[in-house]
Amino acid sequence: MDSLATETVDIGGAQNIDEVMQKVAEHKGCGTSGGSGKASCGTGAGENDLPQEIWDKVKNHPCYSEEAHHHYARMHVAVAPACNIQCNYCNRKYDCANESRPGVVSEKLTPEQASKKVLAVASTIPQMTVLGIAGPGDPLANPEKTFKTFELIAKTAPDIKLCLSTNGLALPQHVDTIAKFNVDHVTITINMVDPDIGAQIYPWIFWNRKRIFGREAAEILTEHQMRGLEMLTERGILCKVNSVMIPGINDKHLVEVNKAVKSRGAFLHNIMPLISSPEHGTVFGLNGQRGPTAQELKALQDSCEGEMNMMRHCRQCRADAVGLLGEDRSAEFTTDKIMAMEVTYDLESRQAYQAQVEIERQKVAAAKNAELNTLAGEGNEDIKILIAVATKGSGRVNEHFGHAKEFQIYELSTKGAKFIGHRRVDLYCQGGYGEEDSLETIIRAINDCTAVFVAKIGGCPKNDLVKAGIDPVDEFAFEFIEQSAITYFKRYLDKVNSGEIVHAERGDATLRQGAFITA
Amino acid sequence: MTYKIVASQCTSCSACEAECPNVAISEKNGTFVINPKKCTECIGYFDVPQCVAVCPVDDTCVIDTSLPRYQAAGGAA
Ligand code: SF4
Ligand code: SF4
Ligand code: SF4
Repeated sequence: MDSLATETVDIGGAQNIDEVMQKVAEHKGCGTSGGSGKASCGTGAGENDLPQEIWDKVKNHPCYSEEAHHHYARMHVAVAPACNIQCNYCNRKYDCANESRPGVVSEKLTPEQASKKVLAVASTIPQMTVLGIAGPGDPLANPEKTFKTFELIAKTAPDIKLCLSTNGLALPQHVDTIAKFNVDHVTITINMVDPDIGAQIYPWIFWNRKRIFGREAAEILTEHQMRGLEMLTERGILCKVNSVMIPGINDKHLVEVNKAVKSRGAFLHNIMPLISSPEHGTVFGLNGQRGPTAQELKALQDSCEGEMNMMRHCRQCRADAVGLLGEDRSAEFTTDKIMAMEVTYDLESRQAYQAQVEIERQKVAAAKNAELNTLAGEGNEDIKILIAVATKGSGRVNEHFGHAKEFQIYELSTKGAKFIGHRRVDLYCQGGYGEEDSLETIIRAINDCTAVFVAKIGGCPKNDLVKAGIDPVDEFAFEFIEQSAITYFKRYLDKVNSGEIVHAERGDATLRQGAFITA
Repeated sequence: MTYKIVASQCTSCSACEAECPNVAISEKNGTFVINPKKCTECIGYFDVPQCVAVCPVDDTCVIDTSLPRYQAAGGAA
C-alpha cells in the first residue's frame, strides 16, 4: 500500500539497457522541475518551508518533494499481499486502492526476488533513490516479508531510502522495528478521525483474531492510526498522511483529519481523489459513489494548505517498478530474468550521476527566480489563472500536444507559478476513440485552464482549443516551464490592465478515472 | 469437518496462511489450499475459524461438505 507518487520514466520502446540509460538521461526523470524556491513547489515543501533536517531528508525523495519528483525516481515492490482491514474502495483482486488504483495487478514477489529486482533496477537507473513497500495489501500485515526485504536491500545498497505505507492498524506494535531498519518515511492512510464516518468507509477489520465490524472497528483503527503516528514522530521518523476524498462521506471531515494529523507531527498531507467506477468491482464502484471533481479537490487542498504542506503532485501511479520501467521494459525485469542476472551494485557511478542532477536542478531554480523578480510589485494580487503544460521532463515545455499523456497544471499569480497537479489524458487517446473524441476529452480535462503550453501543436486542435477558450501557446517550446509561465502571466496582466481582455474565472474540469500507466 | 478454499474466488493474498494455527494452508499453483488432514476448524484455539475471519472475499473459506466425514455425520452439522 503506498501512494507515493511514481516517477514514471517512460522508456517503453528501448531495446537494451544502454538505450534505457540514454533515454533516462534525456528524461532526467519526468515532469517539470519545480525549482527549490518557496512558492513554486508543488508540495509547498520547498526549502524555505521545512525545518532544515526535514528538508535534507526529503530533498531527493520523488514522492515528497515535487521538485525532486522531476529528477529522482522511486520504485515499489509488492511483497506483502495480505491485508488486515477491508476498505470500500478496494477490490482485493487488485492492488491496494489506497496507493495505486484499483484495477491494476502487481507482480507478487518473495523478499529475495524483490531485493534482487531493486538492485538490478537501481544499477540500471541511477536516479532510482527510493524503495517503497506497497500494495496490494498492508506491509505491516505481512511483517516478516516486509522487514526481510528491507534487511536484504539495506545490506547491499545502503544509499537507497526505504519507505513503507500502511493503513495503520498494526502500526503501534511495529514502530520499533521500523526504527531499527532505519526506515525514514512512513505513509499512513487516514480517511477519518470520527468512527461514524469510518464505519461508512471500512466494513470490517481483523484484529485480535476476530473480525470486528462497523463503528467499533473504525474506533480501533483510528486509535491505532493516531497512536502510531505519534510514536513515529517521537522517534524522528517522517510521516506522510494520505487521505482519499470521498464526496458526501469524508470530504468536509478531511479538514479535521488535517488538523488531527498536523498536531501529531505529520509533515505532509496528501489528499487524493476517490477513484471509483463499476468495473473496478469495489463497493463504492458498485454503489455509484462518485469521486470529486478537479475543483472540489483543489478547494479542499487549498483549505488545508494554510495548515500544513499539501502534496499535490501525487498521480496515484501504480505501485510497482513497471511504472518506473515503462510497460514494455517490464519484460526485461521479469522475476525469472532477474533471478538469473548478475548484478553489480555500483555506488560510485550512482553518486556521480546524482551530483549532475543537482547542477541541473540549481539551473532551473535560478532561471525561475530571475523571472520572478521582474514580477514583483505588479499589483493585481487577486488575479489567478491556471495553465496546462505538456512536458516530458527536465522542467521544460518539451512535449507535443498530441503526444501528451498528461498535463501539468500550474496556478499563476503575482506570487509566481505554483504547481498544483497533473491531469491525465492517457486513456483518452487509446481504445479506439477518434481524434475528435480524444480532443474533446482533453479539453474537458483542462477546461479550467486559461492556456496550454506545448512544444508543438497542429492547426486543427489549435482552433478547437481557441473555440473552447483555451489559449494554445507554443512560443515557449523547450524553455523552462516556470520562467515561461511567469512571462506569460505578466503579459496577461498587461492585457487586463490595458482593458484588452477581461479576467474571468473558468469552469471546472473532469478528473480521469483509472490507473496512470505509461504505454 | 474441515474448511476448504473456493479456488475460483481466492485472490491469493496469503492472509489466511499466516493466521492458521495448524499451518494447514499453503500455496499451490497460484491459489491457496487447506490440507483437510490438518484443519481443526480452529477448535481449541480460537472462537472463529481464522481463515474465514481474515479472508477479504466472502464465502471463499467454507466448510467442505463433500468430505466423507461430513456425509457420515448426516449432513446435519
Ligand atoms: S488497506 Fe484497504 S485499500 Fe489497502 S489493501 Fe487493505 S483493504 Fe485494500
Ligand atoms: S479453519 Fe482454522 S485450522 Fe482450518 S484452515 Fe482455517 S485457520 Fe486453519
Ligand atoms: S485469505 Fe482468502 S483470498 Fe486470501 S489467500 Fe486465503 S483464501 Fe485466498
